[in-house]
Amino acid sequence: MSMQKQQEPQTTGHVWDGDLQEYNNPLPNWWLIGFYLTVIFAIGYWFLYPAWPIAGTYTKGFATITYTNDKGVTKTVHWNSRALLMEETNAAVAKQKPYYDKIGSMTPEQIARDPDMNSFVISAGKSLFSNNCAACHQQGGVGKMGFAPNLTDDDWLYGGHFDQIQQTITLGRHGYMPPFKGVLNDQQMTELADYVLSFTKVPVNPESAKAGDALFHSETAACYYCHGANAKGRTVIGSANLTDNIWLWANVPAAKTVADKEDAIKHVITNGLHKGVMPTWGGRLSPDQIKLLTVYVHDLGGGQ
Amino acid sequence: MFKHEWLETNIGLLTVATMLAISIGGLVEIAPLFFIKGTVEKVDGVRPYTPLELRGRDIYQREGCYLCHSQMIRPFRDEALRYGHYSLAAESQYDHPFQWGSKRTGPDLARVGKKYSNEWMVQHLVAPRSLVPQSVMPNFPWLLTNQLDYSDIQDRMKALRLTGVPYSLNKAEYDANVKKFGAATAKMLDITHAKQNLIAQAQENNYDGDRSGISEMDALVAYLQVLGTMVDFSKYDDDAFVKYR
Repeated sequence: MSMQKQQEPQTTGHVWDGDLQEYNNPLPNWWLIGFYLTVIFAIGYWFLYPAWPIAGTYTKGFATITYTNDKGVTKTVHWNSRALLMEETNAAVAKQKPYYDKIGSMTPEQIARDPDMNSFVISAGKSLFSNNCAACHQQGGVGKMGFAPNLTDDDWLYGGHFDQIQQTITLGRHGYMPPFKGVLNDQQMTELADYVLSFTKVPVNPESAKAGDALFHSETAACYYCHGANAKGRTVIGSANLTDNIWLWANVPAAKTVADKEDAIKHVITNGLHKGVMPTWGGRLSPDQIKLLTVYVHDLGGGQ
Repeated sequence: MFKHEWLETNIGLLTVATMLAISIGGLVEIAPLFFIKGTVEKVDGVRPYTPLELRGRDIYQREGCYLCHSQMIRPFRDEALRYGHYSLAAESQYDHPFQWGSKRTGPDLARVGKKYSNEWMVQHLVAPRSLVPQSVMPNFPWLLTNQLDYSDIQDRMKALRLTGVPYSLNKAEYDANVKKFGAATAKMLDITHAKQNLIAQAQENNYDGDRSGISEMDALVAYLQVLGTMVDFSKYDDDAFVKYR
């Protein structure tokens, strides 16, 4: 009888509803050993890493990290994720240093001409461009009608030379054209639109285009003041070249009929522009990164 | 002797004991942070939101932006490269609730401020795929047409003031803000002038490109454009915030 009792598993001693009982099975050994191992691991962890709070501070642990900051000061501190980031950044910067040292000492023209540097520009520039520029200028820099200019053609609002691109990225841009609503009447705007369209072989009324030509160069509309006497625009102020059949704000290519094309242009003349804002990257990217991006954008196809 | 049966047969006792047991985890992990010096870094520039930005934050929460966007750049190299300097605790000290989030279907927004133009923000909120073809973000076109309700802006600021955000209600608090944040910011934190300040900021910056009124878009873009821009990190060494950990 006593033998039989020992073989029966013990119960927790609770009885529910008169006969419901709960076995009190021991934990399997593999589980128990695993549990004690985690306890030992935890104690080791406490000694190595920041762990226990004590009043206004905490135990820092014996593990350390050594890194060098941007002032060139080398420090050894207790292990923490911010110092770990410094250490990892140091390692990555050291790998890229030969390239960035060169970028710092070379002009964009020299970088573009150096085949070894150029391959670095293409790989590093691509990630910089995708992260920072592609939101507006789209992947590959093809631009967005009515929003951000195409960077792969040879039409540049603010100039496509290295120093101009570098300035645009560093300082940002803000497009502006005054609205001519109330200054010009509908017929005058149509004439101006016809004049602009006449550069691009759109079959407009030649009389109207001629009148637009006169108006363009008159003091009434004074378009020439910003867009230049030849209507080719002025990169100093970012006014558009109106003669090259490349459009950003007036969606002329999408308009089917001549009247629609005129309307697209008249819409811009009427309302003017107070957009085309490019953010300032000077504070967000380093001068070397901007120089690298300058060469990358120049390389996209349209650099002058 | 203590018997387990007491707990299991007494629902009130079980509830109290369960709460005690699980609160140990919270107490050990969270409570010390309130006492450890350096949890909130000492850094210049962080200020509470202006009335317009605050309404923008409310819309950010109403639309559930935090469900897909975090506002917490962790100290990892890949995040630093993509988003910028890791987030500081100090930068969300006036956020109630904080917007750290725990899910990134979209990118982190902790430093999205000034990264894109206002036009980009407006266009992208109305029709994200027109600018980012692979985006899965929903369209939010009503932000442009909904006029911003700021009738209760003062109550909202008062509520935050109760949680410790230094919006000022009287001269003494205002003067303290002038000392702490400078006169221009202190003016924006003055609850008594909240409505004028909100209207002035919206009109001056015209975030949504439409001057005919103040839309919810004005408020949301004002909020997004200030995210992560308050601290000027160029003033600090790149390891300036290591010593707080």
